[in-house]
Amino acid sequence: MYAQMVKSEGMKSSEEMSPEDRAFQDRIDRGEKIEPKEWMPEGYRKTLIRQIGQHAHSEIVGQLPEGNWITRAPTLERKAILLAKVQDEAGHGLYLYSAAETLGVSRDELLEKLHSGAMKYSSIFNYPTLTWADMGAVGWLVDGAAIMNQVPLQRTSYGPYSRAMIRICKEESFHQRQGYAIMMKMAQGTPEQHEMAQDALNRFWFPALMMFGPSDKDSVHSAQSMAWKIKMNTNDELRQKFVDETVPQAEYLGLTVPDEMLKWNDERGHYDFAEPDWQEFFEVIKGNGPCNQERLEARRRAWDEGAWFRDGLTAYAGKAAARRAGASVAAE
Amino acid sequence: MSKKEWPLWEIFIRGQHGLNHRHVGSLHAPDAEMAVNNARDVYTRRKEGVSIWVVKSTDITASAPSAKGPLFDPAESKVYRHPTFFDIPDDVGHM
Amino acid sequence: MAAIAEITAAPDPVLADDGLKPALFDWLCRMGDNCLILGHRLSEWCGHGPALEEDIALANTALDLIGHTQMWLALAAEVEGKGRSADDLAFLRDAMKFRNAKLVELPSGDMAVTLMREFLFDAWHFEMLTGLTESASPRVAEIAAKALKEVSYHLERSSDLVVRLGDGSDESHRRMQDALNRLWPYAGELFTADKVDEAAAAAGIAPELAALRAAWDKTVGEVLGEATLTLPEIRFDVHQGGKQGRHTEHLGYILAEMQFLQRAYPGAEW
Ligand SMILES: [Fe+2]
Ligand SMILES: [Fe+2]
Ligand SMILES: [Fe+2]
Repeated sequence: MYAQMVKSEGMKSSEEMSPEDRAFQDRIDRGEKIEPKEWMPEGYRKTLIRQIGQHAHSEIVGQLPEGNWITRAPTLERKAILLAKVQDEAGHGLYLYSAAETLGVSRDELLEKLHSGAMKYSSIFNYPTLTWADMGAVGWLVDGAAIMNQVPLQRTSYGPYSRAMIRICKEESFHQRQGYAIMMKMAQGTPEQHEMAQDALNRFWFPALMMFGPSDKDSVHSAQSMAWKIKMNTNDELRQKFVDETVPQAEYLGLTVPDEMLKWNDERGHYDFAEPDWQEFFEVIKGNGPCNQERLEARRRAWDEGAWFRDGLTAYAGKAAARRAGASVAAE
Repeated sequence: MSKKEWPLWEIFIRGQHGLNHRHVGSLHAPDAEMAVNNARDVYTRRKEGVSIWVVKSTDITASAPSAKGPLFDPAESKVYRHPTFFDIPDDVGHM
Repeated sequence: MAAIAEITAAPDPVLADDGLKPALFDWLCRMGDNCLILGHRLSEWCGHGPALEEDIALANTALDLIGHTQMWLALAAEVEGKGRSADDLAFLRDAMKFRNAKLVELPSGDMAVTLMREFLFDAWHFEMLTGLTESASPRVAEIAAKALKEVSYHLERSSDLVVRLGDGSDESHRRMQDALNRLWPYAGELFTADKVDEAAAAAGIAPELAALRAAWDKTVGEVLGEATLTLPEIRFDVHQGGKQGRHTEHLGYILAEMQFLQRAYPGAEW
């Protein structure tokens, strides 16, 4: 997902729980929202910073693979739609950083951790976008996978995170559809376009499945996060749901999902499907994916080369405030 | 990293004429005027507003979370403040 | 999919004048191409802006300009009457047929060049559109009125940022002054009228370019003054020819990128 393999902190058995811990867990169990200045276990706070921060980083690094194609979009309308979509992702990053900031960390601190490699972003954005069909595949599969996770997160226990997710989900609703609309044009277009569409699906299918992270049904971290309601479903549940919803959409397009093991299982009422290559996933996470270097470099460059701009505006604000103060003193 | 981070601002937007301003989120800006401009660009991309207020986050004084009981629970007992408290016979008509 | 920019096709006798058509087509392409190429340059920032708030704001301006492009080029295509669409004009003309001023095709460079260019252009665009709202052509006036609302905000924003960065830190001041020096000799093209501009003015479709100058000078003078920037002592109309199709080397690269798909897959639908 946009936040992958986030380690939960401070798991406590019920004997180890303090009265505050227990009261806190009771509030969450009752479905209450936790708000910024309220008491919370340190582990809850730290885990949330990690998760929301990673989610925010994914949104802004996620601008890059699609941003790639804004200047090459094939029509004026596609250009406008894609630009609006990628701009939305910047907004999502902004909302999420703001949510993280309510937990006592600043946006600049989080960005510094992204730039130094201390914090991660979703593995999916380390894959290249090679043809225009990739704009379709990313919107359809990547935003589609993200939505699987983000819709339930609207009910997460932390108020600011939940509200950010509600806003994001409202905006996301056009992202997946614009992607699928591109796929329809491509799949039903010329033979070359159809080929591009199939190729895009071939390249993005397994990376999209990886977005949900490795199976966590036995993970203690996930158990804690689920108890805290900052994780709402297991990775396998979401992955299964994604496959079940996406396969018929691929069939409608006349495209083949690149998985020979893919088969409807009547007994389970779900598709059986092949696992992605987790070796590859761990390499990408470690920084050895096809585009890790380029993505991180682009973010660092934007930040470093923007420093004079941010500082210049800060300097002006300081001067203007001093002038105002001077003027009001003089007037007295 | 630049030495001085732009301060954080809380953004309130009046969605339609006649409604209250509502908190929609926050953003960073070097001063209040730019916070208003940024809010227009960030929070009204889908024509969500007719008026914007910005307040520096650090200028907000909040009720202490621990005072939640004493501050708000007393209102719970004043059920007579709600119209549904009063049984008016249907024969009286709409009230 | 519904067109993003919907403009009513009201009857417009001015546009039906056959003798005027070639000049009018050119003139409409100038309006559209300025928006298209400047929008392209601004869109390059998406994902690379110096702060998230600025990244989003630049994309908003670029989106507005793409919207204006659609309206102007659709009208140009209609006036031409050869069955071409706005997309055909944007994606299938070569550089010598592009009619934008050189100012908008120069590389974006840093944020200083980006914002100074935007400001110099916005200040012209604002006066131009204001004049066009009184165009003898109702269609032109309608597009101008729609665009003017957005461009008023563009000008407000770019003026504000020019002032802030000009009067900001030493470095931001230096960068803004450098940007002004670099761009100044390109600004004059916006005010140099040729036969096309004269024909549009004579027909009452567009204001005379020279008449926009006083208001532009005033805005630019005030903003640069407040920004503590100095007007360079060079002519502002050195670099001309863009709107007649004689461009800088940069436009070819923009088009190579922008038109790639339409060129590589002729006739495909997207
Ligand atoms: Fe997003
Ligand atoms: Fe999205
Ligand atoms: Fe996304």
